[in-house]
Amino acid sequence: MTLRTKRSRRKLTLVACYGILLLFVVFFLFPPYWMAITSLKTNHEIEGLKGIPLIIQEGVTFQHYRDLFEKTDFLIYFKNSVLVTVPVVFISMLISVLAAYALSRLGFLGAGVIGTAVFLVYLVPDSLLFIPLFKIIGMLGLLNSKWSLVLVYPTLIVPFCTWLLIGYFASIPKELDEAALVDGANHWQMLVRIFLPVAVPGIIAATIFAFTVSWSGFLYPLAFLFSSDQQVLTTGTVTSLIKGDVYHWGGLMAGAVLACLPPVLLYVFLMDYYISGLTSGSTKG
Amino acid sequence: MSPTTTVDVAAAARAHPARLQLGRRLRSRSAIGVLMCLPLILLIGGLVGYPFFYSIYLSLLNKRETAFVGLANFRYLLTVDTFWMVVQMSFLFTGLAVLWKAILGFTLAVVINTLPVRGQRIWRGLSLIPWVMPLALSSLGWWWIYEPTHSALNWILALLGISPKPWLSEPSWAKFSVILVNIWYGTPFFMIIYLAGLKSIPNELFESSAIDGASAWQRLRFITLPMLKNIIAITVLFSTIVTFATFDIIRVLTRGGPRQSTHVFATYAFELGIATGDVPLGAAVSLFMFPILAVSAFFILRGIRRSTM
Repeated sequence: MTLRTKRSRRKLTLVACYGILLLFVVFFLFPPYWMAITSLKTNHEIEGLKGIPLIIQEGVTFQHYRDLFEKTDFLIYFKNSVLVTVPVVFISMLISVLAAYALSRLGFLGAGVIGTAVFLVYLVPDSLLFIPLFKIIGMLGLLNSKWSLVLVYPTLIVPFCTWLLIGYFASIPKELDEAALVDGANHWQMLVRIFLPVAVPGIIAATIFAFTVSWSGFLYPLAFLFSSDQQVLTTGTVTSLIKGDVYHWGGLMAGAVLACLPPVLLYVFLMDYYISGLTSGSTKG
Repeated sequence: MSPTTTVDVAAAARAHPARLQLGRRLRSRSAIGVLMCLPLILLIGGLVGYPFFYSIYLSLLNKRETAFVGLANFRYLLTVDTFWMVVQMSFLFTGLAVLWKAILGFTLAVVINTLPVRGQRIWRGLSLIPWVMPLALSSLGWWWIYEPTHSALNWILALLGISPKPWLSEPSWAKFSVILVNIWYGTPFFMIIYLAGLKSIPNELFESSAIDGASAWQRLRFITLPMLKNIIAITVLFSTIVTFATFDIIRVLTRGGPRQSTHVFATYAFELGIATGDVPLGAAVSLFMFPILAVSAFFILRGIRRSTM
């Protein structure tokens, strides 16, 4: 094979690759695109059957967003999502960091068993246990309270984060903490001064994961919450913004776009951490 | 060491913590380890382990939760037509969705891996967007895409000269529609895992086989696939669990309809256990998922042990 045919073949391969990629990206990005442009169209345009629906023709309007803030409980949902997610992320990370440190360094009796159990629990989906949890939440008097989510979300987050952090902590050389122990550091100092700084990428990946799971949760809030003042964004947008038989697609899409924004923005800025977290432990998909 | 001296040492240690020696501290490792794991153990025991057994207990009660009925709920479900439709749909959904996610994810990973390294990042980033959006909300977007008269999908079909389809109101199209959304959502996950796998294959393998005159297909068949066998298996099993437990997509798009044709275990359990209030029956439905999940989990664990050893 001459160099020239080789080069032209390489070119052909690349063109084919970009062609395939383009198809994939159109498939992947069409729904968010469609949601975004619908939220910016006038009702008249959404309901009209004239012209090309794939573009905005009658001018951009922010009326749907304004209505969302002024006429619906959207801001309450947003606030509730934040109120749930912040403590969930904090609690989950605290539990995970402590456990991961113990499991990766303090090799005690039963550490292996707990490690395996953590992994198996990570594989338990929310749809397996929501019915007994519904009863338990009821017995605790937390039904129709957003705080029930603060209680149960860590079960979906902690196992993965612990698993991920064990991996990060394991990559820290053993000599480092042996030296620190001889110098008189205790385990707490070692964790805070040595492990946490070294494992920052892992901590960030785990935090993003915790945020995303908590922000996107749908089954638990749908099962545990029923009044509008307790709803979070996912359930609030899906259940409460649909009123009657007439769907206000513009408003609905505006709500969905705003609710999607925080995790998507977080991802845009911290993509590399996110992906390294994904591939180091395999999350769900 | 006699019991008295042990007590003495402990008492001394309590009185003068500074005197603790390194050896003594190493012995206390276990205690600290257990203490640090305690929140985790409480969480898993209280909110996963206990609910699991409580779920079994619930599934053995009658509708009003006043009396034990043994396996009556399970036996009853086996006589209900809808339940068998749920079984069928769950397997169809999982089988088709996982198969296509794996095929498309692999294709995408290979394509991205062929690009010059500089360009890979942006395509990888764009491809991961569906996986980052909260699924319940993107399902809402899909719901609007499937809307028969005013939305995009049928408009595009009309443009291509194809008659419009009742995406969510006719059973077989509804099944197709919910599976398509799952493929849309999950393909990026497969892509990212396979891409990481592809990067781990030493380049020399490809170079030497290229010198030996192997075609691109042969390299894929005899190098890439065997090297990724374990990762492919683990990812497929993993996705099987998650896909089998799907809730959001179906709940938002069809609520199990039309005519119960798109219910899977999770949505059917929700319908019975929460929406209509028959908690024991709902618990029984979700417990039917357990064997599938347990078998997949067993093989995943085995696969992971193998790959780390």
